[in-house]
This record gives sequence, structure tokens and C-alpha cells, in this order.
Amino acid sequence: MIVRILDVAIAGLMLGGIYALIAVGLSLQYGVARVLNIAHGEFIMLGAFISWSLYTIFGINPLVSLAICGPIVFIIGFILYRTLFTRLRNSSASPAAFEGNSMLASFGLLFIIQNVAILIWGADIKGYSYLAFPVNFGGAVFAANRLVTLGFAIIIGLVFYLFLARTRLGKAIRAAAQDPSAAGLMGVNINQVLALCFGFGALMAGLGGTLISMSYQIQPTMGLEYTVIALIVIVLGGLGSIPGSFIGGFLLGLVGSIVTYIQPGLSLVAYYVIFMLLLVAKPTGILGK
Amino acid sequence: MDIVRVISKRSFVLGLPLLILILLATSPLYAPPYTVILLTSIFMYIIITVSWTMFSGPTGYISLASAAFFGVGIYTSAILGKALPLPLVICMGGLVSFCLALLVGALTLRLRGIYFVMFTFGLVELLLHFILWWEVNITGTTGRVVPTVSNTTVYYLMLIIFVILMLTTYLIKRSKYGLALQSVGQEEDAAAHTGVNVTMVKVMTFAVSAFFMGAAGAIMATRWTYIDPRIAFNPLISFLPVLMAIFGGMGQLYGPVIGAAIFTYLEEFLITRFPYYYMLIFGIIMVVAILYLPNGLVGVIQKLWKRISERKHADT
Amino acid sequence: MPILEGKGVTKYFGGLAAVSNLDFNVERGEALGLIGPNGAGKTTLFNLISAALVPKSGIIRLKGKNITGLKPYKICRMGVARTFQTVKVFPDMPVLDNVVLGSYFGTSTNMSSADAVVKASEILEFMGLSEVKAIPAKDLTLANQKRLEVARALATNPELLLLDEIMAGLNPAEVGQAMELVNRIREKGITIIMIEHVMKAIMNVCERIIVLHHGAKIAEGTPQEIATSKKVIEVYLGEKAHAGS
Repeated sequence: MIVRILDVAIAGLMLGGIYALIAVGLSLQYGVARVLNIAHGEFIMLGAFISWSLYTIFGINPLVSLAICGPIVFIIGFILYRTLFTRLRNSSASPAAFEGNSMLASFGLLFIIQNVAILIWGADIKGYSYLAFPVNFGGAVFAANRLVTLGFAIIIGLVFYLFLARTRLGKAIRAAAQDPSAAGLMGVNINQVLALCFGFGALMAGLGGTLISMSYQIQPTMGLEYTVIALIVIVLGGLGSIPGSFIGGFLLGLVGSIVTYIQPGLSLVAYYVIFMLLLVAKPTGILGK
Repeated sequence: MDIVRVISKRSFVLGLPLLILILLATSPLYAPPYTVILLTSIFMYIIITVSWTMFSGPTGYISLASAAFFGVGIYTSAILGKALPLPLVICMGGLVSFCLALLVGALTLRLRGIYFVMFTFGLVELLLHFILWWEVNITGTTGRVVPTVSNTTVYYLMLIIFVILMLTTYLIKRSKYGLALQSVGQEEDAAAHTGVNVTMVKVMTFAVSAFFMGAAGAIMATRWTYIDPRIAFNPLISFLPVLMAIFGGMGQLYGPVIGAAIFTYLEEFLITRFPYYYMLIFGIIMVVAILYLPNGLVGVIQKLWKRISERKHADT
Repeated sequence: MPILEGKGVTKYFGGLAAVSNLDFNVERGEALGLIGPNGAGKTTLFNLISAALVPKSGIIRLKGKNITGLKPYKICRMGVARTFQTVKVFPDMPVLDNVVLGSYFGTSTNMSSADAVVKASEILEFMGLSEVKAIPAKDLTLANQKRLEVARALATNPELLLLDEIMAGLNPAEVGQAMELVNRIREKGITIIMIEHVMKAIMNVCERIIVLHHGAKIAEGTPQEIATSKKVIEVYLGEKAHAGS
């Protein structure tokens, strides 16, 4: 009995670790940079495929490729914001119009990035095996790569938390999240900060993608499902709350694990039902305003 | 002089669509079968795009649920197709989508726009995974077979739905509900305080737009004969109408129509010539349109028209 | 029976009471002024009456019927119309359409489109906006946009009209015109509540004034009584009120 609970609970946390990372990424992009990035999942996919290439072609350990994929995807996100989204921000009539336009533009990005990925890697399912041996944890058995994923998700989360809380840039980001114009008046280079936020959001996605590729098979069309999950998590955690997204990710992961235990194949349905209930009863989520 | 110009403009506005309609209605008689099939696909996208614009245009609530309503229509056709005559099946397809839209609308349209977008975005994936699970675990079979109907019949049915849709959109736009819809999109609070039942207007318009998408889905199912959840609930059907509407321009009735027509033709062309690049090209067009063509082709056409008539005035 | 009454009306924003246990009556046909320093709760009260907000506690009655918790469109159709502090015209619709909407959806049901247009045109005439009837509302001057809001409100055929700072930003000549307008609206038998900072207008147009401060009523009476009330003067000392002549 205990074994079963441990089984489900830890599986939930492992799933939740990935959810938490990608949700924090989307939260940075929507909550701060105000871009509802429908192409978020495509950045996850890029992280996954770059890791796959690094492993299968160069034999580079995925944990090491975290340090490569992350920056690559970060740079892509940063440049995209500096060019496309900044221009949109300047030409949009109002913040609401910008939100709409940027969402639609991210649509276009979805198409573009997915197609580029298919051109580079082909449309088939791919995978690789890394740390795929079982580990015994108090009687319950888990794949080592998934435990490592959980560990890294927590580490990345902690590092990012410290970054937000302790560094100057982190404080600037928090200020921009609360009130962009006031932050601008305080000497924060808003354009730079927002672009960095968007980049960090992409970074999280890329790291999430690398971790996913360690344990699961990957495919260029994998992104959309993760974008939906990230959306549900940021609403669950509370729109605009980065810690909320982190916690919400783990919560949703636990839900997913429990539902999969009872009735496999229904986890996404369960997520959506929760989403619907949230919207009806408490749209502000757990930690939202 | 002015009267002549007014009369000739009005007969242009009425006459041209009528002529096109007659040409379209008689095309199976003289056009090659491939053209009829292509036109059917174009009608499909026009119907979805115009329906989408009917709601999302004036209100500004971007719906990504089109694939859900279209897919529901497809499945209704698959389930009822053997039991009921086709016209009834089509109406049922529309009706089921209508009811689904009422539910979704009632739940989410009273919240901020962003929740609506998210909700509709996830709805397609939800239905896909739910029906997939249902088929695997409960009915035991994946996918269904739909009774076939001749291509010409499908073509005419789509043409009829298209005409009804255009008439409906036109009438709504001219009526007090059209005005109410616009007001809700521009200043929702003020509209509510001017006596407009804002929630009702939003939900009903959303449901009506879903009806047409469902009806179109019910018809198209008969052309594909085999359907399963992945075919029926294809996210592309949610994304492309948005692209087509923005490219075509949402300010005028004909904007989504030309947007959809051009894009569908483009898609046909690209899929056969550059099957690996069409998504990329669409994506680029989308981004360019959002950045540089805020009013779509309609905006471009209107600017050209203005320049032409200004030049005419300068001559006289 | 007063056309509007409120008992114990309370509204909190977070921990702050924007309106605190407020009782008020409005008699049919009167012009009631609502004044107070910024943040006193005046617009919040309007929002509570027109149902843009729901009170935490208390009851609001219109013509004897409890309207607390009803939706804004219902209250409009029962005969309450309002303008907004930040002007909310329908920017991309022509001026005429802004007003026609009110005719269609106000207190009268099933107005034909011809009648609605006629009625709207009459109101535009009354408000002096006939010349701009085809122009998109966003292209009007601020003063005209405020007039348009009033026209739209009138088109709903209200018995009670809530005017929220319609004179803000107007020059003295325009203020005089606005005062004229309010009087002419009263002649039609419409009850008016007006929020204003322009003291000259309030004192000359209104028969009775309620003064709010921190969400509570601190004084109520005729313009004369209010102008000489020590409490009111204290509250306004240091406030930038537009003192009239």
C-alpha cells in the first residue's frame, strides 16, 4: 500500500517537475513580458531535439547539454522579443491590443518553428536511452533518468528563485512584473528586461525539453500538448505569479499521476476538467491576484 | 452625374456576387472534377473563417475552438450518418456544435478575454484525447466509417451552407444585434449600461458561429469516409481561419472570404509543390500580416480604392 | 415614495471601505448633487447603483423594487442611465449609431429601426450634435464626447440619470452650456444625480446635496446649508475644488 502511494506520488512529482519548469517559463513570458506565447511548446521541442542531436551525434551527456540547449534557446527567444515583439509593442494601440497581436504572432512562430524542425530533423518519432536503469526507492521502482529529471527541475527552480530574489537583474524583473512603467521610471531599461524575461521563459522551455528528451520519445509535433499544460498550470497557480506556476506544476503533476493510476489515457482530460472548474470557481488560481 | 455613379456602384455591389454565385452554382456542369473538389475545400475554409469572424471580429475574443466545433460536426455525421438522412444529419451536426458553444460560452465569456482564448485552445485537445480514450476503452474501435456521398452533392451542400452563412452574417450586421455586438466589442461596460445583455449577445453569437462550423464538419465527413479523433480534431483547423481572417481583413464582409479563398488555394498549390515548406510560408505570412497589414487585404484594397477615387476627383 | 433609496450600502476594496454603511434617498424629479474630495466614494456609489459593482452589504431600491445584485443591463431597462467619469463612447461607431443603440436597448422594447433612428436624431438635435452624426465617436472633441454619452443615456429613455463629472475639463463657457443642458433634461421630468467638482454648477443646479468623505455621508442639505457647513469646509480645505464665482 505504502509502496503504491509512493509510486504514484513520486511519479507525480517527476511529471510535476517538468510541468513546473515549463509553466514558470510561460509565466515569465505572459506574466511579465505580456506575450501569451502559443509557440512555447515549440521551444520545448527545440530543447528536446537539440539535446537528441547532441547525444546521438556527438555523444554529449544530456545533463551537460542542459548548459548548451538552455543558452541557445534563450538567445532565440531574446532575439525574437527584441525584433518581433518589441516592434509589435510599439505599434499596438493598447496593452490589450498588444496581448492579442503578440498571441497571434506567436501563432505564426509556431508554424515557422515546427516546420523548421521538420526540415532539420524529419517528422518521425525519435528517442534515445540515457540513465534508463531502474532505481529502488523504498520499495517502489523508478527509472533513474526520471528521478534525475526531478532533481534537476528542483535545482533549476531554486537557482531561479535565488536569482529573482537576490540579484539586481532579478529585482528588476520583479519590478517590471509588478509595474512596467514605474520600473522604467526607476531607471530599469524596460525593453532590455522584458526581452530578457522572454528569453528566460524560452530558456526554461528549452531546459524542460532537454529533461523530457531524457525520459520520453520526442516528435516535432510534441509542442502543442505541453503548451496547453503550461497554460493550465499558470492559471492554476495564478496568472502573474511565478512561484504559483512552480507549485501549480507539481500539483498538476500529482493529479496526472493519480489519474493515470486510476484510468490511463485520461490525464489530459482531467487537467482540463480542473481548468474548467478553476475558471468557474476561482479564476485567480492559488496564488494569483 | 452623382446618381449615375451611385446606381452603377450599387449594381456593381449586387451584380458581381450574383454573377459569381451563378457561375459557382453551375460549375459542376462544366468544370473538371478536380476543380469542384478544390472549390469544396475552399468553401469549407470560407465557412469556418467567416463564422469565426462573425464572433471574434466584432468582440475581439479570439476563439481557438473552431476545430472543436468542426470536429463535433464530423463525429455527429459519423455516428448518425447511417441512421438519418443527410440534411437532418447536417442540422444535427450544427445543433450539437451550437449546444457545445453555448456551454463553453456560458462558462468562459463572462471572464476576461485571455481565459476565453486559453479555454478554447485547450478544448480541441480535450475532445481529441477524450474521444480517443472513449474509443479505446469503451467502444473498442478507433475511428468510424462514414457513408459516402457523391462529390457533386457535397459541393452543393457546402455552397448552400455558404450562402445561408453569408446571408445570416449580412442580416446580423445590419440588425440591432449587430450593433449590440459591435458595441460589446468596443466598450463592453458602456454597452451593458446602455441596456445590452452583454453575456447573451456574446454567447448567442458564439453559438451561431459554431452551428455553421458543425454543419460544415458534418458535410465534409462524408467526403473523408474514414475518420478518427486525430483527423476530426485537427488544431490546424483552429489556427488557419485566424490566419485567413487576419490576412483577408476583418473590417468588411468580404475580407475573410478572400482571405480564406486565397489561402486554401495557396495551401493546395504549396502542398503539391513544396509539401515540406507550406507551414513555414504560412507562418511567415501570418507574422508579416500582423506586423504590417493590421487591416489585412481589406485595408490594402480600401487604401487603393481611396487613392483611385482621389485621383478621379483631382481630374474633375 | 422616493425613486431611489439605499440603506446600509457598503463596498470594500481589499481592506478599504470605499462606501461605508450609506443611507440615501432620491426624490422623483429632483436634482441631487453628490460631492466630496477625491476618493470619497462618489463614483463607487454610482457603480453600485448602476450595478457595475455589487455591494458587500446593504440594499438599493429603485421605484420600490430591490435592485441589489441585478445585472447592469436590467437596471438600465428599468430606467436608470449613466455617464462615465472616463468617457466611454463606442469609438469606431458613428455618433448616430452610438445613440441608436440606446434607443434599441433602453427601456422601450421592440423599437423598429426607423423609429429608433428618428428618436436618436431628435436627441442628437436636443444635444446639439446633429452636425457630427456621421463621424466616428473617437474623432469628436472631449466636450462633444461627453455630450454624446449624455445623448446615449437619454436615448434609453431613463427616469433616473446619473451624471459623473460631465463638466470636468470644460471651460467656463462650456460649463454654462452644460448647466443649461441639465436644466433642460430636468424639464423632461428626469431625476438627476450628479457628481461634480465644479462647485458653481452644483450649487446652482441642484436642490439638494450629499457630501461624502471616506465613503460615509458627512452632510446633507440644500446648497446654502452645505456651503455654510463647518464640517464640509474643513474637509475641502486644502482640496482643489473649482470655486465658482
